[in-house]
Amino acid sequence: MAIDKYLRERFFPHMWCAGCGHGTVLNALVRAIETMGMSRNEIVMVSGIGCSSRITGYVDVHTLHTLHGRALAFATGVKLSKPELNVIVPMGDGDALAIGGNHFIHAARRNIAITALVMNNRIYGMTGGQYSPLSGCEVLAATAPYTTIDPSFDVVALSVAAGATFVARCTTYHVKEMIDILRQAILHEGFSVVEILSPCPTYFGRSNKLGDAAEMLRGFKEDTVPVGSAAKQKNPELIERGIFVQKEKPEYCAAYEKIMQKARSAAGETI
Amino acid sequence: MPSNEPELVRFIQGNEACVEGALYAGLEFFAGYPITPSSEIMEHLARRLPRRGGKFIQMEDEIASMCAIIGASLTGRKVLTATSGPGFSLMQEALGYAVMAEIPCVIVNVQRGGPSTGLPTQISQGDVNQARWGTHGDHAIIALTASNHQDVFAMTVEAFNMAESYRTPVVLLFDEVVGHMRERMVLPQPGRIALVERLRTSVPEGVDYHPYLPREDGRLPMSDFGGVHRYNVTGLYHDMWGFPSDNPKVVHGLIRHLVDKIENNVDAIARYKSYYLDDARTVLVSYGATARSALHVVESQRRKGQKFGLLELQTLWPFPYDIVGEACGRAKQVLVVEMNLGHICAEVKKALNNPRNVFLINRIDGVFISPTDIRQALRLIDGRGV
Ligand SMILES: Cc1ncc(C[n+]2csc(CCOP(=O)(O)OP(=O)(O)O)c2C)c(N)n1
Ligand code: SF4
Ligand SMILES: [Mg+2]
Repeated sequence: MAIDKYLRERFFPHMWCAGCGHGTVLNALVRAIETMGMSRNEIVMVSGIGCSSRITGYVDVHTLHTLHGRALAFATGVKLSKPELNVIVPMGDGDALAIGGNHFIHAARRNIAITALVMNNRIYGMTGGQYSPLSGCEVLAATAPYTTIDPSFDVVALSVAAGATFVARCTTYHVKEMIDILRQAILHEGFSVVEILSPCPTYFGRSNKLGDAAEMLRGFKEDTVPVGSAAKQKNPELIERGIFVQKEKPEYCAAYEKIMQKARSAAGETI
Repeated sequence: MPSNEPELVRFIQGNEACVEGALYAGLEFFAGYPITPSSEIMEHLARRLPRRGGKFIQMEDEIASMCAIIGASLTGRKVLTATSGPGFSLMQEALGYAVMAEIPCVIVNVQRGGPSTGLPTQISQGDVNQARWGTHGDHAIIALTASNHQDVFAMTVEAFNMAESYRTPVVLLFDEVVGHMRERMVLPQPGRIALVERLRTSVPEGVDYHPYLPREDGRLPMSDFGGVHRYNVTGLYHDMWGFPSDNPKVVHGLIRHLVDKIENNVDAIARYKSYYLDDARTVLVSYGATARSALHVVESQRRKGQKFGLLELQTLWPFPYDIVGEACGRAKQVLVVEMNLGHICAEVKKALNNPRNVFLINRIDGVFISPTDIRQALRLIDGRGV
């Protein structure tokens, strides 16, 4: 099926600023889905609140635009209720890891087959550039006029520790890589996390004097390296991209199937 | 196959009666987080649901529980969560989402003493106004209650029926005494109580389906996630396709629709019981466990030849002002018996021309209000001294 069939074209042009990375994520996500030839009727996309979460409005699948931080909780209800559906959850960095942090670690712990995307622009875009739990120290934000003192989460380490069975990172500069990673994440039978570095030139870029969108993308190119590369050993400041974890563990809905069998045979014994 | 049916008369807790009602109504998905005095509901469902192919999940908190049942409802399931005060507070944002996005779901709040952690194991009816106005913004809500296990069962079935009929969340406001007390309950045979099933659209694949366009009768047919119609669901003001809109006409139309679909059906939603009201000069108004003590007083006064009557409310919201006005309008005095600082008393006053004849009889110390408490209050109101 052609790419445009997955889009709700009547809502274009989209609402994101020029140079915002979120549009690139939309592009890559739709292409990843297209390469798998998935039916639109078997995909449910669940998002929270934020610039990133508006992505669901543009994709012609079943879309659920929920509450700030709660997308994974809604998605858990969808998935457990109908495990045959493919559930994809695009979130912002604040959405996923500040207000939604608890749902994030618990969804990972359960290893429920949901694909979680963290569209990380290190800022609260929608509300005007306040710092997020992924901003990191010593950056400027609307709520940090003297720079931040809050260290950031490492999304990859956090996801692995919480129990996610597919964990990857990519950037909006490395689009082909992103398409391939998203495809693998969606196919993965378990909880998959893809952190996507996505520029917000309007707030994070402007307040930290990082230049325009093109310069921010150049930053992604220069500051990241493929996972396991020697360059990282020499320069620990570099950020690794690629797939960090990809392993098999019992998936939640499959485990629940077995519980239903157990319950039925237990009920049979008592009658 | 009635011969294989299990024993139909049961001696159970109110919380179990609620479980029986939910399963009778066709419950398929439960998400919750343990809290006294509601936990028995989730414990029983953890055992019962998987046996019949239903889904049960213990979530990380009540926020997640409320969100999960909304997600599951969109896939076409009848859904439930159960909690008490602190958890009900956490659910309020998502409850508003269910109002806005018109998602059928049922929320049980087995009330305990509040505010805050309050009195975890003792009775209160202090969440009546929270059920009405707990979530932000103008909206309407349905809240039901019951005073005995047979009615807990019946109201639970009603809650599921109303959730489907009006595409809305329905709150079941039980209390600690009814929830934990054990008494007899007759389990009706399947088919005895009519069930309202999910109204699904008949619009075929390929034809434009409008998830938020009411039919002539006001109902909005749904389409399950995973089906042939792909649409958007959002907590933002939205058009008939479910896409965000801030067009003043759309906004006005939606808020009116959300409120009117419930407020215009007050009489259809009203459930109540009348005892000796025909010639009553003193009318007691009560609900939940408290109505048991009130009924006891009314019956003993009747035996003494005093013209007492009781209006037991089962629908608390939308408040049935006309029915209350009709039942209490001719009374010399109206006594509202409840275990809070007068949530329903304030509504009863609004319903009557002479609110000065309305008195509150309450207890707010976690101790169940007894017939003796009510009689003592009566003496004071009548000016007969302690
Ligand atoms: C309960 C609640 N608190 C706060 C907000 C306000 N709010 C909306 S989006 C947002 C942050 C968005 O940042 P992020 O999740 O990083 O997404 P981005 O806009 O950067 O893509 C906040 C704080 C809200 N909608 N709901
Ligand atoms: S504010 Fe930032 S995140 Fe939001 S659309 Fe603009 S660039 Fe993107
Ligand atoms: Mg952000």
